[in-house]
Amino acid sequence: MLEPAAAQDKRIAIEARGIVKQFGEGPSALRALDNVSVAIRENEFFTLLGPSGCGKTTLLRMIAGFEYPTEGAILLHGEDIAGLPPFKRPINTVFQSYALFPHLSVWENVAFGLQMLGRPSAQIGPRVAEMLRLVHMEDLAQRRTDQISGGQAQRVALARALAPAPKVLLLDEPLSALDYKLRKEMQIELKRMQSETGITFVFVTHDQEEALTMSDRIAVMSKGKVLQIGSPWDIYDKPAERFVADFIGETNFLTAAMVGIEGGMARVRLRSGIEIPATIAEGYTPGAQATIVVRPEHARAVKTGGQLAGKVENVVYFGTDTHIYIVLDEGGPFMVRQQNSRSQSCGFEVGDRVGIDIAADAAQVLRD
Amino acid sequence: MARARFDVRSQPGFGTIALFTFVVLYLPIITLVAYAFNASESLTAWGGFSLHWFGEAARNTAVQDAAWRSLVIALSAASVAAVAATMAAIATTRTAAYRGLGFKYAFINLPLMVPEIVTAVALLIVFARVKVWTGYSGLGYLILAHTAFCIPFAYLPIRARLEGMDEALERAAADLYAPPWQVFRRVTLPLLRPGIIAGFMLAFVISLDDVVISEFVKSGGQDTLPTYMLGQLRRTVTPEVNAIAAAFLALSVVLVTIFFFINRKKT
Repeated sequence: MLEPAAAQDKRIAIEARGIVKQFGEGPSALRALDNVSVAIRENEFFTLLGPSGCGKTTLLRMIAGFEYPTEGAILLHGEDIAGLPPFKRPINTVFQSYALFPHLSVWENVAFGLQMLGRPSAQIGPRVAEMLRLVHMEDLAQRRTDQISGGQAQRVALARALAPAPKVLLLDEPLSALDYKLRKEMQIELKRMQSETGITFVFVTHDQEEALTMSDRIAVMSKGKVLQIGSPWDIYDKPAERFVADFIGETNFLTAAMVGIEGGMARVRLRSGIEIPATIAEGYTPGAQATIVVRPEHARAVKTGGQLAGKVENVVYFGTDTHIYIVLDEGGPFMVRQQNSRSQSCGFEVGDRVGIDIAADAAQVLRD
Repeated sequence: MARARFDVRSQPGFGTIALFTFVVLYLPIITLVAYAFNASESLTAWGGFSLHWFGEAARNTAVQDAAWRSLVIALSAASVAAVAATMAAIATTRTAAYRGLGFKYAFINLPLMVPEIVTAVALLIVFARVKVWTGYSGLGYLILAHTAFCIPFAYLPIRARLEGMDEALERAAADLYAPPWQVFRRVTLPLLRPGIIAGFMLAFVISLDDVVISEFVKSGGQDTLPTYMLGQLRRTVTPEVNAIAAAFLALSVVLVTIFFFINRKKT
C-alpha cells in the first residue's frame, strides 16, 4: 500500500516545507518568509510571482543554497538539502545580472560548471557545443563577455546554467533587463528550452503577464507568505484572495450578502438587490458578508437590464477592446472590457446611464 | 564693455597660482636632474654636459650595495604586504557589516596616520631588544618594518577593486560547483589581479623611497639607497648624488607609469 504514495513523491522535484526566514532578532526581527510550503513537480515550469519584497527571491536563494532557512526543510527528491552549500547542490541559477565571468570567454563560461564537476575534457567540448547550439550562440563562442549584447549575455547565462544538466534550474527575474520585444522572444525561447531539456524550471518574476504566459503553475506571494498556488487559469479565474485578484490582471470587487451555499456554489445578493450565483474560493469561511470578484471581460455594458446599474465615467479605446469605467449607483467603481468590432463603437459615452450584465459563471467569492 | 563671465574654470589669478605651484614643485627636481649631467665637481657651477657622474655612481660599490639592498627590501616588503593586504581586504569586504569593522579598517590603515618618526623610534627600541635576545641583526628587521608600513598602501587599491566587484560572480561560481578555494582561485583572484599588482607596486615605491624608518631600524652597514644619499650629503657633496637621484627618479616614474596603465586597462 506504500507504493502509490512513494510514486507520487517521486514526481516532486523540489519542495520547501514550512520555511521560515528571519533576519535579525527580538522585536525588530524581520520575517522574510513566514511558514512557506511549496512543492514543485518534475519537468514543471513553476513561477514564484509577487511584488518586490514579497520573499520570492529569498526563497529562490534558499533553494540555491545562498541563504539558510531559520526553520523548515528544503527537499530535493525527498532528501533534505537545507544544510548543503551551493556547490554541493545539483541546482543551477540564472542570475538577474547574469553574472558572467568577465575574464573568461563565452565558451569558458559555459564550460565552468563541467570543469568544476571534474568532467573529462573529451566530454566537456561536445557538451558546451551542444549548449551553445541550444541558445544559438555557437558563432560567438570565443567572444569575451563584454563583447556581446544583453540578449546574448542572457543566452550565455542560460547555457552556462544548463550545461551541467541540473535537476532544477532557478531563474531570478532573468528577463527584466531586456527590452519588450527581446523579452517576448526569450519567453518563448525559455519555454522551448524547458521542454527540450526536461529540466524543472523555477522562475521568479514580478511581471504577472510573464507568469501567466509561461508557467505550468504559479505561486503568488505577498509579504513572506504564499497566498495561492495553481495553474495560470486557476490564479486568474479563481483567485482566492483580494491580493491575488488585484495583483493579477484588472478586476472589480463588489460587496455582497451571502444568501446560501448549495452544492459547492454560493448565491450572493448584490447591493442592487439582485441575486447571482458565484463560485467559492478554497478556504472560505462562511459569513454574512462576502467580497466577490468579477473580471472586466466577464461583464457587458447594456442599455437596459443587467444586475447592476450606474453611470459611464470614462471610455478608453484600446484597439482590440474598449474599457468602460462606470460609477455604480450604490457607490464604487466598476470596469467593463468589451471586444471591439469594425462596424460599430461600443455605444456608450461619458455620462450615459448603463446597466451591467454579469455572465452567469463570472463571480467568485473570495476568502478574506 | 567687459562682460562678467560666470565660469568657475576661469577666475582671476588661477593661472598665476598654478604656474607658481608648478615652478615650486618641479624647478628643484629639474635642476637636480640637470646637474646630474654636470661635468664639473660642483653642485652649483655648470662645467659642461657629461655622463661622468653616472659612471662614477655605477662604479661605486657602496652605491651598488645600497641599491641592491633597497631592491631586496622593497621586493620582499611589497610581496609580503600585497599578500597580507589581499587577505585583509577579503576579510573586511566579503562579510556582512558588524560592530568593530570600522575599527579594523582604522587599525589596518593606522600606519598612514601614526607619524613616521614615532613608528621609527618605537621600532628602534623594540628591535634593539630583539637583536640582543636573538643575536640576529640581518635585513629581516628592515623588511619587517617596511612590510608594516607598506600594508595600508597595498590594501587601499585591493579593497577598492574588491568593493567594485559584483559579488554575484562569486555566487555564480559557487552555484556552478566550485568549492570556496576554487571560487577564490578561478574567479576572485583573476579579477582582483590588477588591484593586487597596483597595490604591490605602490608598496614597492613607498618602500624604495623610505628614509626615516630605514635610518632608525638599519644596523651598521645596512644602508639603503636613500639613507646612503642622506649620509653622503653630510660629507663632500658631488653631483654623484644627483646622478643617483636622477636614476632613482627615472625608476619611480617608470613604475608609476606601469601602475597607471595597469589600473586604466580593464577596470
